[in-house]
Amino acid sequence: MNVSLFITCLTDLFAPQVGMATVQVLEHFGCKVDFPEAQTCCGQPQYNNGYPGEARTLAERMIRVFKNSQYIVTPSGSCCAMVREHYPLLFKDDKRWENDALEFVAKTYEFVEFLTKVLKVDVAGLSLPSETAVTYHYTCHTRGLHMGEGPCVDMVKKLGNTTFAPLEKHDQCCGFGGTFAVKYTDISAAIVKDKVTCGNQTQADVMIVNDAGCAMNIGGACHRYGAHFKPRHVAELLAEAIDNRHPPQPKG
Amino acid sequence: MNSRMKAPTMSITESDVAPPANEPPNPNLLSDNDLKHPPHARGAALPIFNPDFKAHAHEAALDELLHDAHENSIVKNWYARARVLAADLPDADALRSLAGNLKAHTLDHLDFYLEQFADSVEKAGGHVHFASNAEEANQIVVDIARRTHSRLIVKSKSMVSEETELNRALLAADLIPIETDLGELIVQIAGDHPSHLVYPIVHMRAKQIGEVFAKFFNVPFTDDPNALAEMARVYLRNRFAEADLGVSGVNFACADTGSICICANEGNARMCTSRMRIHVAMMGMEKLIPRFTDLPVFLKLLARSAGGQPLTQYSNIITGPKRAGELDGPDEFHIVIMDNGRSRILASDYRDTLRCIRCGACLNACPIYRKVGGHTYGSIYPGPIGALITPLFNGLEHHEHLPQATTLCGACYEACPVKINIPEMLIAMKGDLKLVGKDPWYEKYVFRLWTIGLNGKLRYVLGQKLQRFAMRHFFKKSKDGWLTKLPGLAKGWTEVRDFPLPPKKNFRELWRERGLKNTT
Repeated sequence: MNVSLFITCLTDLFAPQVGMATVQVLEHFGCKVDFPEAQTCCGQPQYNNGYPGEARTLAERMIRVFKNSQYIVTPSGSCCAMVREHYPLLFKDDKRWENDALEFVAKTYEFVEFLTKVLKVDVAGLSLPSETAVTYHYTCHTRGLHMGEGPCVDMVKKLGNTTFAPLEKHDQCCGFGGTFAVKYTDISAAIVKDKVTCGNQTQADVMIVNDAGCAMNIGGACHRYGAHFKPRHVAELLAEAIDNRHPPQPKG
Repeated sequence: MNSRMKAPTMSITESDVAPPANEPPNPNLLSDNDLKHPPHARGAALPIFNPDFKAHAHEAALDELLHDAHENSIVKNWYARARVLAADLPDADALRSLAGNLKAHTLDHLDFYLEQFADSVEKAGGHVHFASNAEEANQIVVDIARRTHSRLIVKSKSMVSEETELNRALLAADLIPIETDLGELIVQIAGDHPSHLVYPIVHMRAKQIGEVFAKFFNVPFTDDPNALAEMARVYLRNRFAEADLGVSGVNFACADTGSICICANEGNARMCTSRMRIHVAMMGMEKLIPRFTDLPVFLKLLARSAGGQPLTQYSNIITGPKRAGELDGPDEFHIVIMDNGRSRILASDYRDTLRCIRCGACLNACPIYRKVGGHTYGSIYPGPIGALITPLFNGLEHHEHLPQATTLCGACYEACPVKINIPEMLIAMKGDLKLVGKDPWYEKYVFRLWTIGLNGKLRYVLGQKLQRFAMRHFFKKSKDGWLTKLPGLAKGWTEVRDFPLPPKKNFRELWRERGLKNTT
């Protein structure tokens, strides 16, 4: 199965390790991964701030770049939700673009969605290198993709060496919201502090946050206010579990 | 309708809660001074009581007491609601679609249904009044009160009457309005504003309510919810006995039968509508549904969405005045149908906002509302739906923060029982800011430049390198590699949290190093 990686600009710059983990997991489950280097940004910031014209410029670029891809997979869910929810609106009734846009939308998947819906992977048998308590933040794009928390949480629960600790108010936004975080700092701070507090209450080591933006926000608040847990992408956990299958043997 | 305090179940006589003998409750204590109405600037269509969103948000975002009050009510309710929906309505999503489609259909043919409804009401013996704005609506109520020699007016909860500031108009006409919903009564005697569509006093703690009651009833302070509720109950019983005219809102108006449905939890709406000589129901013209038989669809959703109840305690269905031989019911039944800007909204791209049944679910779900509270929105319609309709009623130029103060998390859309796509409309409204000149002057240049910078591989790669270089070398950072102080537009970020330092290599550099074949 051929998969083109849609890395997204934030993951590219701030979380390259998530991108590498995504590649490793996809390859482990039998995909042939390519990375079209002409890709840039999906236009989400432009669209969400009321600049649909600018967003469309970037959307056209995305559609052109991934024209020949079979599947497109992204580790950053809000970008996938941007494509899924808003690209059809951007190209509505535009004869020249609409078909290409809808085709692009149909083959674009969020990472967890792709693993569970298309590849239907079974992670039983994989196990983390050490006992890890995991909690899960329901990032808002999950709502946009109509996924629910099930697919990701079920997968994590099946991983060996993990205990799952449910997060209070797991479906409450982390307060990122793109430019919202800098425009309405006070409100954003109150919301993200709430997330850190709830995260700390779980006593978990890791909070799964499958979106680069949310991870920057929650991570930044964890660092400022102190937290027992680290926000991580589920791809990173899966990659660790895959590495753990053949741990390096001690010499001698 | 709902208050955070439960009314006591056992029956207590008035003497049980009578204040000390030397300070008897004064049945005539009602005066304009007692029944305050807070001052504010009059906007176009809605009363506006706090024009400075940002300043209010700053305070509210730090108000831990407010957050606690919300956690113990609306947030708790939110999860109760989720459980009730899952248990009782396994196909809630289909029901929401049906409700949304029914409302959309009604709005698409509102002229027809309004006429049908007016005919049906008159056939049932009621009187229909159309009001094009708030003043007209208030005047209609005042005129009815004067003609029927009514002075004491009991009101059940009605958001439309908040919209028209009916109480202010009645007081000005030397009439005495008494709010009979417990939460609204507290708001009224405190001279406050409701902060939620369904729970008007969700921002208050029992202690505050105790202080308000101690002063108003002239009794020793108590914050025991049962005692407070009992004081209100006794007080309201007497008002019900004295009043001539009852004003109510309308939850649903059935076009085919002329029936109105009022959903309430405290029994006060039934007192206001059945015991009075005159009943005046006020409604926005979007409250219509086509058929009486459509009512169950909405009743199934309303109370569940509002507070996780299967139904409100009372679902009052009223068709016309008392008929010959009936014991209960008013001699006169009036309906005031108000436009107040709704036909303008109907003709706009924001028609779907008129589907709203005022259940408050989007408020309860909203991370912003939970942290800033209803008063921050400055309008009687707060929360996500308020962020849309307040600018629609009053002009976006007066409320430029409302559509912007959103993370677009989508919780409101998911919660909405009639599937109003609030996030998508907030985005559209952000785009409208340019039309009213309320976008920051630099913003369009920022987005234009940003877009140009992203529309080309080389530009993008250089841009990423530049950002990384700047962040790694120019800005203040902690020892363990987090940026702690950023300038310019990013300043707000590091005021409240740290910013991650980009790693030395971005993904595409790592990808190349890995030596994998790529497609370009």
